[in-house]
Amino acid sequence: MSGSHQAGATVKARAELALNDEFLRKAVKFTTERLRNGKKKASEEHGNWDEWRERGKQIRLHTIAHLDYYLNLFVDNARANGVHVHFANTAEEAVKLTLDIAEHANAKSVVKSKSMVTEELHLNHALESIGVEAIETDLGEYIIQLAGEMPSHIVIPAIHKNRYQIAELLSKEAGYTLPPDTTALAGFVRKKLREKFLEADIGMTGCNFAIAETGSMVLFENEGNARMVSTVPKTQITLMGMERIIPSWEDLEVMATLLPRSATGQKLTMYMSGITGPRRAEDADGPDEMHIIIVDNGRSLQLGDPEFQELLNCIRCGACLNACPVYRHIGGHAYGSTYSGPIGAVLTPSLNKNIAEWDDVANASSLCGACYEACPVKIPLHDMLVYLRRRKVESGNGSKLESIGMQGFATVMGNSSRLGGVLRLGKLGQKLVVRSGVIRTKLGPLKGWNTYRVTPSLPKESFRDRFDTLDQELKQGLKQMDPAMQSRMEQLVQQRKNNGDSGKGGHGHG
Amino acid sequence: MKVSLFITCLSDAIYPRVGEAMVRLLAKYGISMQFPTVQTCCGQPAFNSGYWKEARESAKTILDAFEDSDFVISPSGSCTGMIHHYPKLFENEPVMLKRAKALESKSYEFTQFLVQVLGVTDVGAAFPHKVTYHPSCHGSRILGVKDEPLALMKQVKGLELVPLPFAEDCCGFGGTFAVKMADISGAMVTEKADHVLETEAEVLVGLDMACLMNIAGNLRYRNEPVRVMHLAELLYEGVKEA
Repeated sequence: MSGSHQAGATVKARAELALNDEFLRKAVKFTTERLRNGKKKASEEHGNWDEWRERGKQIRLHTIAHLDYYLNLFVDNARANGVHVHFANTAEEAVKLTLDIAEHANAKSVVKSKSMVTEELHLNHALESIGVEAIETDLGEYIIQLAGEMPSHIVIPAIHKNRYQIAELLSKEAGYTLPPDTTALAGFVRKKLREKFLEADIGMTGCNFAIAETGSMVLFENEGNARMVSTVPKTQITLMGMERIIPSWEDLEVMATLLPRSATGQKLTMYMSGITGPRRAEDADGPDEMHIIIVDNGRSLQLGDPEFQELLNCIRCGACLNACPVYRHIGGHAYGSTYSGPIGAVLTPSLNKNIAEWDDVANASSLCGACYEACPVKIPLHDMLVYLRRRKVESGNGSKLESIGMQGFATVMGNSSRLGGVLRLGKLGQKLVVRSGVIRTKLGPLKGWNTYRVTPSLPKESFRDRFDTLDQELKQGLKQMDPAMQSRMEQLVQQRKNNGDSGKGGHGHG
Repeated sequence: MKVSLFITCLSDAIYPRVGEAMVRLLAKYGISMQFPTVQTCCGQPAFNSGYWKEARESAKTILDAFEDSDFVISPSGSCTGMIHHYPKLFENEPVMLKRAKALESKSYEFTQFLVQVLGVTDVGAAFPHKVTYHPSCHGSRILGVKDEPLALMKQVKGLELVPLPFAEDCCGFGGTFAVKMADISGAMVTEKADHVLETEAEVLVGLDMACLMNIAGNLRYRNEPVRVMHLAELLYEGVKEA
């Protein structure tokens, strides 16, 4: 499974590979910029974007708060429609259920439409292990399957590859040289996959939304492959995370407004399919047998956890990846798991109980908040990254060196005279390293910083040294405050008193 | 009326000129800023790294310093933003929580105070230079400070504001991130500085010395002569020259 960019044990090591890969960085920048601009345009044209985000958030909050109820409703309705519904607590259970269905159907091949949850379960390998061929039919997924890699983006799995690299991969598959021309390449894949669709015994899909009120599942896609997957083969298996539920078709309107715009800047994807059960007698096509496997695999760990429950609100649009300045430089494989970018940095550790193991991923963020700003359901990912770091420290898994440093920080910053002392020492010590007002040495702790920058030196006087003189100078001849200004300030103070100093002073929305 | 300066440890230690510019500028409006010396650091480096016990030690000095203040003004959206995290930091200590919320409600970033509270957009400055502006992430995203600095710059005579490409992208500072993930941070700041150079501006201005130290550090490393200033400095210099 591991491609070249999954090597390396830490996010730092993996990021270094990406940072040295000019092709990758160029490809990722090019496409994330296109998607980000598309989203910006689509949300501006839509108008009232923030109101819709808030609606989306409320729908997700409500659904997750009553997930047991809506899941039951969905399952009852889906069963009434003739769907076989299965529950899987773990990845192993989900894989076993899938393999059992495949064996029961005597399947030789499975065609798949794009599904992150099947990536999470590493289902293709499991199928291959029992001799069933699994073929990805989404163009991006097909490319990374040929390359033997993981998706490096939630929506655009092969975002890290340019068309020359893709032409090379597909030429190998074709047995002749294909031109690096997008139309020609897509044409080759279409022809190739057409045969596979017709031969396949099972069609496998993910699920963007599951509608509780009718037991239906909804797929958003652009290539038409999911429609083929869900109509041609005799058996359909749908894998869905247990949190994919929304209550009603009315709620879907909000999600259908938010998802495509956030993902690709489209008003709507080319295809949006709603599937309610297997083929009925009067239907022209569709599977005779339909299975839905509802997967937990760590999701219920977030239920009831006030700091992380909102993670379950995610609709997998990938907008946070496109907005993220870190993802922009290191791409998805550096995150080291199925889910990448800001959502991956939080989701991967959260789906696994062992927070310690995943710590370095949570550190790969400058906490700039672009992910939160981009998120169509307003998940505070930047806060969650800090909570992850805190849990790691509190569980005693923090770095020893950092822990000592932070104790030093608390000692110095816990008392202003100690801070004053440290500054005086610093002014003496820096004499050894300051040249022309800056420090350029790459020794010790300054190595990382000074590889890309210079460090400013401490001035002769700190502000606290200087204030008294400044204050005395200014107090002489200080003019009277403008009465209007003064009364506005007094009003604000009064207002605060009336509110009982309850915080949220009306400035800032932190 | 007690208007207090929350200097932030960085401006205190390295950029006292920013604090001075703020104090001098507000004195023009008859405001005598008070400076409680018990303040140290907002605690953000420890908080963001997950060391909340240590962050609380530092945050307590800020709560003590500004207990009696009516307005607490800082030259950093990030450090004022950190004060917005205090209620979470002290969520299990009812007395401290109350103090944290009180401090949050009276804390302002410098331009926020100038524009929203004092109602000032024209400080009477002239600054005949080509300027580009980097909106820092925490100021603009946590505090929502987006229009205030633009409104202030618009009134400065002779100032030509050139838009910074990808302005809203983080400069790559991120506190301990710049040390722990030095190469990622380095790639980010290099790209940010590239964009600054693309504008051909003489001056880069911002509202947060941490971000500006980062970008200026990269520009200086590359021997690029772009001048980097806090908006308070620019405005005060402009007032002197007008």
